[in-house]
Amino acid sequence: MIASFICVVSVAAFFQLIAAYCRSILASSRRVELSERVREVAGFRGNSVSVADFGRLLQLVRLCPERGDDQGDIRAVGAYYTALRFLNRLTSSMVPKIAAWTNRECESCSYFAAVALDRRISYSRDLFSQQLGSRA
Amino acid sequence: MSGQLQYLTSLVGFLAEAAVVVCVCKPNNFRRYLPLGFYMLCGAFGTCALYFSLLRFGSSSATYRFIYFYSDSLMMLAIYWVIIRFYLQVFQDLGISKYIRGGSTFLLGCTAVFSYAVVHANRFQLTMKFAIELGQNLYFIGVVLIYMLWGALMKLKETRSRLAQFVLALGIYFSATAATYAMRTLFPALEQNLILMWIPPTMGLWLPIAWTYTFLKVPEESQTATALLEAKAAA
Repeated sequence: MIASFICVVSVAAFFQLIAAYCRSILASSRRVELSERVREVAGFRGNSVSVADFGRLLQLVRLCPERGDDQGDIRAVGAYYTALRFLNRLTSSMVPKIAAWTNRECESCSYFAAVALDRRISYSRDLFSQQLGSRA
Repeated sequence: MSGQLQYLTSLVGFLAEAAVVVCVCKPNNFRRYLPLGFYMLCGAFGTCALYFSLLRFGSSSATYRFIYFYSDSLMMLAIYWVIIRFYLQVFQDLGISKYIRGGSTFLLGCTAVFSYAVVHANRFQLTMKFAIELGQNLYFIGVVLIYMLWGALMKLKETRSRLAQFVLALGIYFSATAATYAMRTLFPALEQNLILMWIPPTMGLWLPIAWTYTFLKVPEESQTATALLEAKAAA
């Protein structure tokens, strides 16, 4: 009896805390405005990024040279996104409220990927101008 | 768990724990995060002791299991100090630190007396089952304490990102480990289940890696609105 209580409470706490942890990583990107450059590259209008853009944005991120300091964050958010999509598929017909929440979370993940892409594009441009500078 | 993977986990765990100790030793962090450093230092010593007992006696020996479970229990004492430190940091502006110190001393005393009573009552049958049950209870107290602290962070609209990430990482560690121990108590047949066997060592890696990440990537002055961290389905 006690063990089952501990098991249920711990599992519920685990999922809630892991969601909050992933949100704390995502929160760092929320205050960042997307640049005109990344909107152009990814084909967005305004600051909104859709759920379906995540995969495409991640592919674009992988095409850019690595900055070395964002790989862990991208992997963690990628795993969070996969878990959310799975939860979305499970709950979309049964619990629409949770499905709507997972959609909002996935949008945050896509926005995070867009910010990561923006940073990598800036980094590539910096590298390029450094190389040009060293040749001159 | 295969032997080579066990060695690899021990090595990575030791390196990650050492990395946290190094981060704590930086002058800006030392006083504020001393309990974290102490806990990780104990963890590093524990990992070394486990590694040598694994080499000498093997993972199925009674000595290895004895060191595993009892070093784990001793580490719990160190981790309570970490939790108390987090409570003090969260409530520092409310001027109730003496109540927190008093409350935590009382809680530690109660836990020690309870554990002693349980061990004393079961001294003729200190089996694996008993060790798992004790671990499950101790970790569950940790889950409750961290969850209460997380609730306080939300209520007080705490904005320090570093503190939030330290607390969340610890909460994830506690809840996953407590759930695993509880599953093993509930279903003893799953004792050799690969997933259940892997969760505690994975969580043992998770905590030092997450704390090192926070030390390196999240500056002390970084702030996040707690409203952004609330994971409510109805949000």
